[in-house]
Amino acid sequence: MKQQTPLTSQETQALQPRQKPQIPCASQTPQEGRYGRKTLRYGLSFAALSVFLLILFVWNVNSGSVNLSVREIFEILTQRRGDETAVNIVWQIRLPRILAAVILGGALSVSGFLLQTFFHNPIAGPFVLGISSGAKLVVALSMIFLLGRGTVAGPAVMVLAAFFGSMISMGFVLAVSRKVRQMSMLVICGVMISYICSAVTDFVVTFADDSNIINLHNWSLGSFSGTTWSNVAVMAAIVFAAVLLTFLLSKPIGAYQLGEDYARNLGVNVRLFRVCLILLSSVLSACVTAFAGPISFVGIAVPHLVKNIWRTSKPILIVPACFLGGAVFCLFCDLIARTVFAPTELSISSVTAIFGAPVVILIMIQKRKTV
Amino acid sequence: MREAKKFFFHTEEMTVGYDGKPLIKDIRIELDRGEILTLIGPNGAGKSTILKSITRQIRLLGGCVWLDGQQMHQMAGKEIARRMAVVLTERIRPELMTCEDVVATGRYPYTGNLGILSAEDHAKVFSALETVHAVDLAERDFNAVSDGQRQRILLARAICQEPELIVLDEPTSFLDVRHKLEFLEILKRMVRERHVAVIMSLHELDLAQKISDQVLCLKGDHIERHGTPEDIFTSDYICSLYDIASGSYNAAFGCVELPSAKGTPEVFVIAGGGTGIPVYRRLQREGIPFITGVLQENDIDYLAACDLAAEVIKERAFEPVSRETYALALERLRQCREVLCPLRTFGPMNRRNEQLLQEAGRLGLRRG
Repeated sequence: MKQQTPLTSQETQALQPRQKPQIPCASQTPQEGRYGRKTLRYGLSFAALSVFLLILFVWNVNSGSVNLSVREIFEILTQRRGDETAVNIVWQIRLPRILAAVILGGALSVSGFLLQTFFHNPIAGPFVLGISSGAKLVVALSMIFLLGRGTVAGPAVMVLAAFFGSMISMGFVLAVSRKVRQMSMLVICGVMISYICSAVTDFVVTFADDSNIINLHNWSLGSFSGTTWSNVAVMAAIVFAAVLLTFLLSKPIGAYQLGEDYARNLGVNVRLFRVCLILLSSVLSACVTAFAGPISFVGIAVPHLVKNIWRTSKPILIVPACFLGGAVFCLFCDLIARTVFAPTELSISSVTAIFGAPVVILIMIQKRKTV
Repeated sequence: MREAKKFFFHTEEMTVGYDGKPLIKDIRIELDRGEILTLIGPNGAGKSTILKSITRQIRLLGGCVWLDGQQMHQMAGKEIARRMAVVLTERIRPELMTCEDVVATGRYPYTGNLGILSAEDHAKVFSALETVHAVDLAERDFNAVSDGQRQRILLARAICQEPELIVLDEPTSFLDVRHKLEFLEILKRMVRERHVAVIMSLHELDLAQKISDQVLCLKGDHIERHGTPEDIFTSDYICSLYDIASGSYNAAFGCVELPSAKGTPEVFVIAGGGTGIPVYRRLQREGIPFITGVLQENDIDYLAACDLAAEVIKERAFEPVSRETYALALERLRQCREVLCPLRTFGPMNRRNEQLLQEAGRLGLRRG
């Protein structure tokens, strides 16, 4: 009966490029071929991104006021040998900064991926939803409070404050998301929350002591500069733990991509799972905000690009790919921020916005077509 | 407990509703494997609410649901996932997932902690795709396929979950006729071959009548009737279930009819053996009241004419047209301005219809 009924034009079109529909007995081979091609694509993508990361790493170590050859860099890194100033610059300034960009960049994009999964919304991210700004506000408040008491906020305190701020913003966003279903409305609400938080932060910064302002001002724009090894240790511990947990959640994330109801039918404890998503994404973005200030658009642009490079949204691939992609993206942006107008440094957020915001616009246009 | 063993799936005094407000009470469903239960009823009667309560999307407000001798709310999520699959009405738009990926999510309850598919899982995904004739869709983006294909893929997803019970919420609503038939045919075959129990809601009464083993009718806040399609699909009952005031439901054809044209009959249709139906429909469409006859009560035209004609001149089944009936028909015919006769052959049973036609010719009323 199936062969006799005429196909619709859409179906005919779809069948044409593949020439012949597979015959059941011969289908085993093309099927295996397909899996082979996919595996190759995944492998190549990971390899290519790793190579980029390596190149950017070397480039980053090398760029700055002191020029070094690749061999010198290699020696400095492996044996700490060579010119003492160069060793110090590389080990005390450039290396921690590079690692911060790698770790925090990865954290941001994984956080974005989690939020996109949670809201079923490709333009959700910690920055546009105002979660970064909430974190920024609470961090700024606690920094000023502690500075007023004559102490400097340590990394752990900063992360805690940022996490607290993230959760407050997240609470607002969740409340709003119960009322609005449209993705653009949710983002607009997020942007509003972000403006409110930024305004209050600016207000607080303006009335802070002079000595605090410069520090705070730099931080509140977003920058990887001034990262210390102890900071790197704290952020690495938090981020790696959170990303590992996220990776272990790959299976329920995959089920959740079909929507809550299907996930529940497949045996996912949806309530618990949603709490996990919120906590993990908040921890990750809080960590970024605590150490580098709010960084824009990485959380949206990188997962989107990564999914399109890998051509899948399977979390088991996309979670590590997002981390890698975020690291490459932030390292690249930091390189530009540092070098283009050297010795003046750009804020990392302005560079990520230049590359990230067009991607967001692109997604909006694409979605407009399909929805 | 003893009763619990008797049926594969059954509910006891199940009460369902939203936000703690009971909508439908005392729902009793008893279903064995290999059976299809269909919920019918007007929009908003609560078909989806019942299905959602069974699939645990919303909380049960009372009573309990038993699956294979176990209470469902005491079963672990994973255990239920291996026994019950769903096909929901909500449109899903997963990002960058091929149809094969969507089907593969059905293997979730069987894969390890990271959800990596084994060779066996892949084979099952493939065979599910084969079952729904969608092997050639495997690599297509799920968001890019047509509605009919989408429903087949979602059914494949449910199949590959290897359930004993499938719950479908209006699975055929957005499909065209061909895809409706294709979908239900696949479902029916699966029920037969894999001995699966099916609970679903349908809007299409004709399809519900043909595919169901049991039908549950919802109206207002209760189950109005529960039985075999033969019990349920009678003209009177369906009309009262859906409050059909204008128009009617034809049980023999399983279809609904618009109301017949009212007023003094203008046209007389001499018909029989199914030749009359297209003419009746055209006249009804044009709003022309008509009389038809003479039809034996076992004539297919008679079944349609009862719903469509202003008056039917009838004869008892298997009987030739009697003199009295002929006289009545002739009297009515004279009052009409036009006579139509789609009938081309006459036999001993309707010899008098031929006479009627000749009479019409003599009166100058005959057209067509």
